[in-house]
Amino acid sequence: MTIDLNGLAAYLSFFLTTALLNAIVCLGLNVQWGQTGLFNVGVAGFVAVGAYVSALLTTPPSDAHWGGLAAPIALGWIAGAVASGALSAFIGLLTLRLRADYLAITTFGVATVVELFALNAQRVTGGAFGVAFIPRPFETFAERPALFGACNLALIAAVVAAVYVALERLARSPWGRVLRAIREDERAARALGKDPMRFRVQAFALGGAIMGLAGAIHAHFIGFIAPDNYQPALTFQVWAMLIVGGSGNNRGAIFGALLIWALWSASGLAVSAFFPPEDQARAAALRIVAIGALLAATIVLRPRGVFGERTTVSRHIEGADGLGA
Amino acid sequence: MSLQFLVDGILAGALIGLGAIGVTLTYSILRFANFAHGEFLTFGAYATLLIAGALGAIVPDAGQALGPFSVGWAVIAASLFAMALTAGLALALDRCLFLALRFRGAAISTVIASFGASMALRALIEFAFTSRPAYFTRELQIAIPLGFGLRATPDQIALLALTALLMIGVHLMLTRTNIGRAMRAVSENPALARVTGVDVERIIRMTWALGGALACAAGVMLGLIVQIRPFMGFDLLLPLFAAAILGGVGSVPGAVVGALVVGLGEAATVEFAGSQWRAAVAFAVLILILLVRPTGLFARPT
Amino acid sequence: MSVDGSGALVVDRLVAGYEPGLPIVNGVSLVAKQGEIVVLLGPNGAGKSTLVKAVAGLAPISEGRVTLDGRDITSLPAHAKAKSGVAFAPQTENVFAAMSVIDNLKLASAILPPRLRAERIQAMLAMFADLARQRDLLAGRLSGGQRQMLAIARALLIDPKVLMLDEPSAGLSPKLVEGVFSKLAEIRKRGVTILLVEQNAKAALAVADRAYVLAEGRNRFEGGAADLAADPSIGALYLGRLAGGVARRGLRS
Repeated sequence: MTIDLNGLAAYLSFFLTTALLNAIVCLGLNVQWGQTGLFNVGVAGFVAVGAYVSALLTTPPSDAHWGGLAAPIALGWIAGAVASGALSAFIGLLTLRLRADYLAITTFGVATVVELFALNAQRVTGGAFGVAFIPRPFETFAERPALFGACNLALIAAVVAAVYVALERLARSPWGRVLRAIREDERAARALGKDPMRFRVQAFALGGAIMGLAGAIHAHFIGFIAPDNYQPALTFQVWAMLIVGGSGNNRGAIFGALLIWALWSASGLAVSAFFPPEDQARAAALRIVAIGALLAATIVLRPRGVFGERTTVSRHIEGADGLGA
Repeated sequence: MSLQFLVDGILAGALIGLGAIGVTLTYSILRFANFAHGEFLTFGAYATLLIAGALGAIVPDAGQALGPFSVGWAVIAASLFAMALTAGLALALDRCLFLALRFRGAAISTVIASFGASMALRALIEFAFTSRPAYFTRELQIAIPLGFGLRATPDQIALLALTALLMIGVHLMLTRTNIGRAMRAVSENPALARVTGVDVERIIRMTWALGGALACAAGVMLGLIVQIRPFMGFDLLLPLFAAAILGGVGSVPGAVVGALVVGLGEAATVEFAGSQWRAAVAFAVLILILLVRPTGLFARPT
Repeated sequence: MSVDGSGALVVDRLVAGYEPGLPIVNGVSLVAKQGEIVVLLGPNGAGKSTLVKAVAGLAPISEGRVTLDGRDITSLPAHAKAKSGVAFAPQTENVFAAMSVIDNLKLASAILPPRLRAERIQAMLAMFADLARQRDLLAGRLSGGQRQMLAIARALLIDPKVLMLDEPSAGLSPKLVEGVFSKLAEIRKRGVTILLVEQNAKAALAVADRAYVLAEGRNRFEGGAADLAADPSIGALYLGRLAGGVARRGLRS
């Protein structure tokens, strides 16, 4: 059996790139959950918002969907992040003062409705056909796949590094310290005059903006998006990445993304290799079960994940409800 | 303009209401939004299908339709078995997953664990049964005229009766029995319940079992009236939560009223805007109630 | 400090707190004899509330023992302690506000054998006439004083051996406080042992038999209620004036 080195390199390049894109989403989720303790069950929806906003702004004029303003890619990325951040802020303001889990339910609703809208508002989003001809960075190298792949990989890796550094700085900043204080002892933080709500909304919006950015970058990397890129399975994968990698820890987020994405890809190859074509749709479901089992094992055996620290979480925030003995 | 969509709305509301009763109960007593509730519904429907099939094969005429309804006692008996199985599934999930989380503190939320469990359960069901829709029976039912140009099938009327019955039954249990009072106590203040002599862990287990059983009933009716498929429960989650929150989490009549609102809203949307937008109604209802009156319509004072 | 073995409730060198390694109650001992009213005094943060919560089963105990009539109940879960005869009314959130008065009582009666339930509910309604008049009202709509009465009635309903109350007079007007304490005296007449945590030392000592003073999670003083009421250093302890000096005083019996 000959090994096609070029093919392998291309595959690896693509794998790493998509894994790193997932890592960006995961970093965003880490701000929301790892640092602030908020449960976003609709991650896929916020990623989709970033992707579609960026796509619609930057594609050339088209009858198939709205927008088509042929804006520069960078502008698209920023707009995607801002749109997703704004939506997150709105949802946060609406639900964060309320009963535990209203945020979870509402974000779940957001993801459902965003997917529904993307699928059905055909004149706006292109419907099931999605949005095509999204401009790609390094378009001029498209004829030379290896170079094209390498440049995109480098770009996305740079973005990951930039986001990582920014988030680490932020965590050590006064804002970040207040966030930690709110997480660990809400009453004390309140006594110092810090309004927990404001910080939580900001953190939630920041996380959402990062997710939107990831969606936008992904859209431009692939060049084409469709509603079924943004299904609950995506939310599930990102959560698995963060939990297994280590919540509250940015390195954990990146590591978890690489690990889970590797498992996901490997399981995909295994399904193609070991199941006959007519069974492959069913077998694909087993991939989810595998991740789910890993997740359950992590939760029960090592809840903090690979890199997570043991954090003390305040007794006073939602969750410490007296039900645990 | 035909008013049939109102009937459709009430029927949709009854279906959602059946499931919402279980959601409002578990949400208020266990204090978290269980995203796996949809899968209890789906599991219940598939379990009933399997058992009814087995019964129908073993016992002659068990599959024979009873009276005007489209199914026979095989399905009815099977659904009772399945309710016990679904209760068991819920208890097993609590034991294996949520119990560990409760004792390890709030590091990983039960909400996320329930979302993960729901994905895994759904995937298992899809693997076992494929994603092709299944049905309890292939027989078509003839709708009965109800007057005013409205029609409903006997199965649908049975759905309304069942929803009403369960709503009354669960409400009476909560308000008139010791277990019901204990459940309300745990939902309000678990620590005080403990010192009042309530075995909170036992109540938690009973809540899971009851929630699972009710979800199974909802799944069977949904499977009967619409169809059985792996996403059936998951697709109902948002309407279930919206109904429970609209009615006031913890209120059983509230959940049914909330469900009727969502159901009628969906039917009206289908009638006037097109069926592709049906799934957005629950979200709209949710946002609206969160903006206007987050505690819900029948919120109990604390 | 030696612990007298007889008595309804014996707490022996109890160490309790919510975070492991950070005990709030740091080796407290006390005895509440059958039919006594014993009051726990001390400044804020002394651990009085945590002590009774630990005895009731709501706060984790890491060391020490609690015995009720000789039976070790230290590691029983809270609901089992209630069944054994330890009744507790917390300071705040001590009734089920979303349930009616009568439902609060019916809930409490559930751990009794069925034939006793109606009888005990009637007994409570007879003893707390105000509550009987409002039996169908939601507990959350009761006034502060009536809520306190319901909290006591709910705890008393199970005919406990020991009734523990955490600051029953908190937030009440002087007249209502008087009402609460005369109710306690009435209860004591029926042979129920009462362990009372109180800030209102004067009113509590007037009705109590004996008292313990705690500070910083440890025993500081104990003695007859009348003796302690007359001792000026107790007041000083509360006001923090002798905070350092108290430690040198040692224990009085």
